[in-house]
Amino acid sequence: METPEQIRDRLLARIPGAAVSVVVNPGPAAQHSLLLGAAHAREIAEFLRDDPGLQLDFCSNVSGVDWLDREIVETIKTPTPGPGAGPATFAEQKIRRPHPGYLEAVYHLYSMALKHGPVVLRLRTADRRDQVTLPSLTPVWRSCEFQEREVFDLFGIVFAGHPDLRRILMWDEFRDHPMRKDYAEPDDYEWEPTPHGDVLAKAKRHYPAAEPAASVKGEAKP
Amino acid sequence: MSVAEVSPLSPAPGSRVRAVRDQFHGDLLEISMGPHHPSTHGVFRMVVTLDGEIVVKLKPVFGYLHRNHEKIGENTTYLASMPYTDRLDYLCSMTNNWAYALAVEKLSGQTVPERAEYLRIILAELTRLLNHTCLAGFLLQDGGCSGTPLMYAFREREKILDLFEALSGSRMMCNYQRFGGCRVDAPPGWLEAARALADNYGRFLDEYEELLTGNEILMARTQGIGRLPARLAVSAGVTGPMLRAAGVAYDIRKVDGYGLYPRFGFRVPLGDHGDTYDRYMVRVLEMRESIKILQQALRDIPAGPVMDPKARLRGFRAKPGEAYGRIEGPKGEIGFYLISEGGPNPYRYRVRPPSFINLTVLEDLCLGHTVADTIVILGSIDIVLGEVDR
Repeated sequence: METPEQIRDRLLARIPGAAVSVVVNPGPAAQHSLLLGAAHAREIAEFLRDDPGLQLDFCSNVSGVDWLDREIVETIKTPTPGPGAGPATFAEQKIRRPHPGYLEAVYHLYSMALKHGPVVLRLRTADRRDQVTLPSLTPVWRSCEFQEREVFDLFGIVFAGHPDLRRILMWDEFRDHPMRKDYAEPDDYEWEPTPHGDVLAKAKRHYPAAEPAASVKGEAKP
Repeated sequence: MSVAEVSPLSPAPGSRVRAVRDQFHGDLLEISMGPHHPSTHGVFRMVVTLDGEIVVKLKPVFGYLHRNHEKIGENTTYLASMPYTDRLDYLCSMTNNWAYALAVEKLSGQTVPERAEYLRIILAELTRLLNHTCLAGFLLQDGGCSGTPLMYAFREREKILDLFEALSGSRMMCNYQRFGGCRVDAPPGWLEAARALADNYGRFLDEYEELLTGNEILMARTQGIGRLPARLAVSAGVTGPMLRAAGVAYDIRKVDGYGLYPRFGFRVPLGDHGDTYDRYMVRVLEMRESIKILQQALRDIPAGPVMDPKARLRGFRAKPGEAYGRIEGPKGEIGFYLISEGGPNPYRYRVRPPSFINLTVLEDLCLGHTVADTIVILGSIDIVLGEVDR
């Protein structure tokens, strides 16, 4: 099968204006992935599925990944001549720059026709707060249907063009996205707005006011 | 007049049964099948719209058993997730263990001794035998055949679970495999017992098939029911026996050749029609191939260690990177996607659950069939809710 670099070059030649780059996997698996720009993702996915050399007809796995905002610290060393004839010393300067976080959807594609794979696709949102929309690939591979719903449910990525984007594992009224790294559990999962509080408050009117407890010491009586 | 209008006679919205008046077809009935019913194989619900007895719409509802397995996996060490993978598909803990061990081994570049690879294959094929046997029993139970096939299946399953217990100390929650090999070697006499079981299993299958395969009622209830076209199966990511019953030759044991599977001679049975009967038959034929693999593995298993001596379990850390490891589980492709940032926990721990993704086509299979057929079709998909809901 072609390497991710070859696929990238073919995609760039075939679809002008598409943003495709290779993300290097530094681990021993060395399974590099293709980072796609959201604008042409659907077109690229259709090409990968229909291209006779690739025929990636099977989208096996869709996972969300949450990458938090980070601060990258770079150390720059500038050589300064040492005192006298001694060896040169290095003045260290640390530069901190913010690295904005994003949500990522990762697709593992295989070919059932040609029995090869995987090709790993990555799509990234602009940020983690309000620009969290990505194009849905469900029209290309039906197997994304439930998995994209799950990523929407647990990570909060909104898949534009998904036929039925609802929560799938959490209940519909749930607010947050539990797989996010900064998710805070609610204090009480069981809380729900029931009339008990109001009913209790009303019920109090039916009882005579309690006698001030004489046995309580040290309490000022009106 | 609008096409679908709520009848004035219908109960208040929010009740479980709603009548929808439709000027062309009379009453459509929306009912909720499940979540608490033996035929749903756990806590699983289908919101079904019926025209008479015919299903015109079906939406599965998940999540009753959701405990966010993946989040827990991110908050525990690599080793501590191993026993938790048992609880995914709780009938097939050995294959879950293997898939997870394979993903971690890919992530860290570890190797596995040969004896451990043989043990893994033996255990995976035993798991396939027990899963498919039970599935056939449950399928017949769903079809209304109360008791007999399921009791036969459970009798045989118990023999396999005895082997698992002798090896790992637990019948179902085996927690047996480790990245870099297997936890302990087989006790004395275990391999002989496994060999006896593999040699006798064919006779049980003959008996079972005599009871079921040519059975008129089974054929009437399953042939032509829930046909899955090959094209839809591929697009919907259906894997495992369900895919092969639709006629697509895709078995990860052959395609990826993970473990030592390329050394073994076995065939991949395929279905013709993709209906419920084919899904039953493919599983029976797969069991016969599993017996062949077991006999070869138990004949050829070499002596030696079962753990890589360099493997480190406690305090295990993987280099930064990611890996996706998958195997052919009894229900389909079970995979684990791991991202490491170099810490003691995975940064991302994702399970690719086969039965969850196989359910994508449930509505397509059930449309136009009756309620009774829906039960049988769901039974033939082979779901375990521990894995669907995670």
